[in-house]
Amino acid sequence: MKNTTTLIYDGSFNGFLTSVYIAFEEKLNVADIQKNSQGQNGLFSETQTIFTNVEKAKRVWNGIRNKSYNTISTIYFAFLSETEGIEYMLYTYIKKFMAHKGKQADFSDDTILYIAQLARKVGREKHRMEAFVRFQLTKDNIYFANIEPDFNVLPLISKHFRNRYADQQWLIYDVKRRYGIYYNLEGVEIVSLNLDEIHFNRTRRSKAFTDGEYDYQTLWNNYFKSTHITSRINRKLHTQHIPKRYWKYLSEKKEAV
Amino acid sequence: MEKNQIALNFERIKEKLNILADAAKYDVSCASSGSNRTNTNKGLGNSTGMGICHSYTEDGRCVSLLKVLLTNYCIYDCAYCVSRRSNDIQRAGFKIQEVVDLTINFYRRNYIEGLFLSSGIFKSPDHTMERLVRVAKKLREEENFNGYIHLKSIPGCSDELMYQAGLYADRLSVNIEIPTISGLKLLAPEKDHKDFTKPMAKVKNEIVRYKNERKILRNTPKYAPAGQSTQMIVGASGESDKDIMYSATYYYKTYSMKRVYYSGYVPVMKDSRLPSLTAKVPMLRENRLYQTDWLLRFYGFAVNEILNDDHPNLDVDIDPKLSWALRNLQHFPVNVNMADKRMLARVPGLGMQSVSKILSARRFRKLNWDHLKKIGVALNRAKYFLVCDSRDWERRDLEAEKIKGLILQNSTGKFRNQYNQQLSLFN
Repeated sequence: MKNTTTLIYDGSFNGFLTSVYIAFEEKLNVADIQKNSQGQNGLFSETQTIFTNVEKAKRVWNGIRNKSYNTISTIYFAFLSETEGIEYMLYTYIKKFMAHKGKQADFSDDTILYIAQLARKVGREKHRMEAFVRFQLTKDNIYFANIEPDFNVLPLISKHFRNRYADQQWLIYDVKRRYGIYYNLEGVEIVSLNLDEIHFNRTRRSKAFTDGEYDYQTLWNNYFKSTHITSRINRKLHTQHIPKRYWKYLSEKKEAV
Repeated sequence: MEKNQIALNFERIKEKLNILADAAKYDVSCASSGSNRTNTNKGLGNSTGMGICHSYTEDGRCVSLLKVLLTNYCIYDCAYCVSRRSNDIQRAGFKIQEVVDLTINFYRRNYIEGLFLSSGIFKSPDHTMERLVRVAKKLREEENFNGYIHLKSIPGCSDELMYQAGLYADRLSVNIEIPTISGLKLLAPEKDHKDFTKPMAKVKNEIVRYKNERKILRNTPKYAPAGQSTQMIVGASGESDKDIMYSATYYYKTYSMKRVYYSGYVPVMKDSRLPSLTAKVPMLRENRLYQTDWLLRFYGFAVNEILNDDHPNLDVDIDPKLSWALRNLQHFPVNVNMADKRMLARVPGLGMQSVSKILSARRFRKLNWDHLKKIGVALNRAKYFLVCDSRDWERRDLEAEKIKGLILQNSTGKFRNQYNQQLSLFN
């Protein structure tokens, strides 16, 4: 029997796809695929370090996409969930997908169903971030927002914001993962910042923002309050729609936090 | 970029916004979906097919549009409306530029998907409608705004204005409010039923015309790409569920409505023709009506299957699909591995998501209870109506009442405290 191998990659999606390429090409018996920051060796397996190769990653990407566009996005979405052990799970998923035509729709298979449901969760988070980002206008004329999503959705929402706010500079910064995306009126770039403070919706005013900014926040806050119909209050439904973990960054929830 | 307008008149605008948003909140429509407007020339905003709810009110409704009245001055005196002429409330009116500024600045901060503009009727329907159109035109042409705009059609306004409105707005709507003509005569004697349907017919015809022209000339401008909708108040004029759903079906068919909304009547003022101020908002009834609406639009039900002369009202304690299934037990049990899509959609506890997952999955193997559970089927209801790849299924020839009792016994519902069915279990 062939020895099992643990593949170590750099944590990027291209790195993961390269690992898949190498596993297929060298017909490896994969024990696990791990990020290099993880470093957990199995007792009976060899390790092999994967060097990210965009060409090889592209081959895998195109190979899957040409068979089914939905599947490649399911895989990407599920990967961004950053769930522990997701790499090996996706590797199994890709093997199954390559072996049987149309296998991605077999929801009676546990792995397929799990990955489909995971991708859906990430999709939900993406959609929520498109909704719950609240820009604040800085004195440098940049619309700035902090977010703290459950999954790494910044790469997924960048296109939406680029298309929508094409005529204003904006920056969305993921506080949890310490990077952001910045649109400079030309294109979107990835930035890392040294933030002195995280701008959640506290009542104290920050000097970073324009004066008018707080006027609009007040107007929005007031508007939000006048939309409630008191005889229909349903707080349970309310928190189902906006779970409390998001409140911190919503200007309409200023007093509630 | 910051307009001084708002900074200068901040206090006054805040006050107006409070008054005019408060008056607009009884319009339930807040959809921002179904349109398709791309951002051209690096302008501001777009609207993709899927809508986005940017926030939710504490009563659980979505906030996706800045929903305000242009003014709440009104020449009419409709009994069900807060803004009616004889109601003693604060009145205010926005200037056109103020609405434009608010919309743009809220939009830039990602608070909203766009604007929902309605109005009380001042001077005349045409005069009011013309103002609404001017706001939309200004947003589109001067601000290069491609976000979502929902305009209210003012009953009784001219065809020419309706035509213009459709050129700038994504969706147009006129609220029929009272489902029956007799109810309308009672509660809004100054308005004529024809005033409501005329703008609807105009918009529908224009949409059809533009669609045909588009087939010939690809760059025909868009006309109300997100279609039109309407709203009915539930529980204000004593109509039955059958009346409501039959007239909803009529509007869906005749005017190709995208949506009909049902709004439980919130008692806002004292009037002998209306439920008393202490009456509860009929939220459960509203919920059942929406469930029926979904069954009609997505599940392939016909309205007379759910509501007819024998059953003029929906059941309170169980959902309309379960209620239909219990009246038609001869169609069940359904075999999950054999039945067609139409029949699967009729099984209580199966939603359209589950149906499509089942259809995909069963090509690979026969499904059993475990598969169904993982897919997300509500087995507590579905198990009485299904057979699958398992020796285990409901063999007893249960009667409808008995099944209903078992289901109610083994489930919880958010409205359960509003009715008490415990006794019927032991009948």
